Amino acid sequence: MTRLKRANVGINAVEVRQLALVPALSAKRSVMATTLLTVKHLGISFGHRAVIQDLSFEIGSGDCLAIIGPNGAGKTVLLKSLMGMLSHSGEIRWSEGARLGYVPQKVAADWHLPLRARDLLVAKLRTLKLPEEELRSVCSQVGLSAEVLNGTMGSLSGGQFQKVLIAFALVGRPNVLLFDEPTASLDELTEDRVYELLHFLQKEQGITVVLVSHDLSVVYHYATQVLCLSKGMTCMGPPHEILTPDRLEELYAAPPKYYRHADVHDRHAEFDSPGREE
Amino acid sequence: MNAGSIYTLVLALLFAVAAGLVGSFALMKRMLLASDVISHLALPGLGLAFLFKFNPIAGGAGTLFFGTLLVWRLQKRTGLATDAAIGVVFAAALAIGALITPREDLVEALFGNFQGLSLPGFLLGLAGVFLVIAAVFQLKDRLTLSLFSPELGAATGLNVDRLDLAFLFIFSLTVLIGLRFMGALLASALIILPAATARRLTDRLAQFILVSMALSVASVAFGFLISRMVARTFTVGPTIVIVSAFLFGCSLVAKNREKADVAAR
Repeated sequence: MTRLKRANVGINAVEVRQLALVPALSAKRSVMATTLLTVKHLGISFGHRAVIQDLSFEIGSGDCLAIIGPNGAGKTVLLKSLMGMLSHSGEIRWSEGARLGYVPQKVAADWHLPLRARDLLVAKLRTLKLPEEELRSVCSQVGLSAEVLNGTMGSLSGGQFQKVLIAFALVGRPNVLLFDEPTASLDELTEDRVYELLHFLQKEQGITVVLVSHDLSVVYHYATQVLCLSKGMTCMGPPHEILTPDRLEELYAAPPKYYRHADVHDRHAEFDSPGREE
Repeated sequence: MNAGSIYTLVLALLFAVAAGLVGSFALMKRMLLASDVISHLALPGLGLAFLFKFNPIAGGAGTLFFGTLLVWRLQKRTGLATDAAIGVVFAAALAIGALITPREDLVEALFGNFQGLSLPGFLLGLAGVFLVIAAVFQLKDRLTLSLFSPELGAATGLNVDRLDLAFLFIFSLTVLIGLRFMGALLASALIILPAATARRLTDRLAQFILVSMALSVASVAFGFLISRMVARTFTVGPTIVIVSAFLFGCSLVAKNREKADVAAR
């Protein structure tokens, strides 16, 4: 319990006590890993609607942080703000030398463009003024075949497209990968492969991973830290402390609907995702 | 052929290269409606120039510049309002232009002319063409990223809004160069048609851009030849557009035959 960090999202005192959070950063953890990201009093609102209020947390280098919570809790918004894509109040500070790679949840992409996966990766390499040889190393990192590389974007399957997105994020050798629902539209076998790849990148290559996921077993399996985002209550800590039945019930029972149902619904809706067109 | 005609033809062919190049990206950006508006916005400027006897290109440039900013602002908002606003601007510009352009100059303002070009005009056009081509090649990769997904572009650190504006200016500079030959009504046609044809013929990015440029040059060359050698009463600008449209028609036939082949197998 002492290793729990506190994260505020407009929480009232009673709820904090209910969750029995200990509002301190343990000395043990800060010795273990250098701090890579510091978020202090982060607030994001769209118009008058506050999505995230007064959120503070830290990520150590080499961590795998999973962000969980019901739909609409602001998980994607948080990830985008960490990428610097949204205006916000408060502070988001990456330590020097942090290079970010981002894998979005759904890409609002144009599938009818005459673009191959290779064109997209090369375009990013050239934009960042990197040598084109890096394409080969990125492809071997994620196991991207020449066949996929030379297929037009519209012809790729969901799993292939996800791999391309990960490869795209890895161009420029990031040491932090931000992942939004990496397997939302994939079947279970492909899903496992993606998580194994993620785990490999984190463990073997020392890449810090920030992951939004609905899949609690995956979170339990791979995450070193879990951040719960939910309207009214927020907490952070290692998975075995956060993902206890009691705490989960408290977290997800608070809003009347459990998110699992919506999640399943999402998967059906995404079955015909645009990655399969043409 | 005198020097003026040679200048005209050479610049028209170079304009075709730029138009094919810009057109391939404009097609991918799905900004055809916006691009039509931009070219039509040149008309009031042309009208003023003919009315007060100053250089038509200067007049066109003035209103084009204004129109580009206007379209950019409109693009940043989304939904029906944009469509409606663009439609209104488009119609209004055409009507104002038609009213203020002197009668005898109206056909030229709308459809362009291929009469002798002065050396300074030629050099200015040349500079414009090279500026367009250099800028597109400079921005090619960034444009590709933001075309496929603005979000991935932003995640790569691109300022997508500024990139959009830069492309709009490249686009309107291209229209401006073509204004003299093709007129306000048809200046964007040579940007759109060859790109649309090329898109039907290939799925490869590099090929698509090259084919688009080649088709554009071919349209100008054959259009010019037809109106000068075969049908001398034809105005050159519209003839070029008809050749371009004919090539598009050919691509329909070619593609359908290919499909039939696949089906037969």
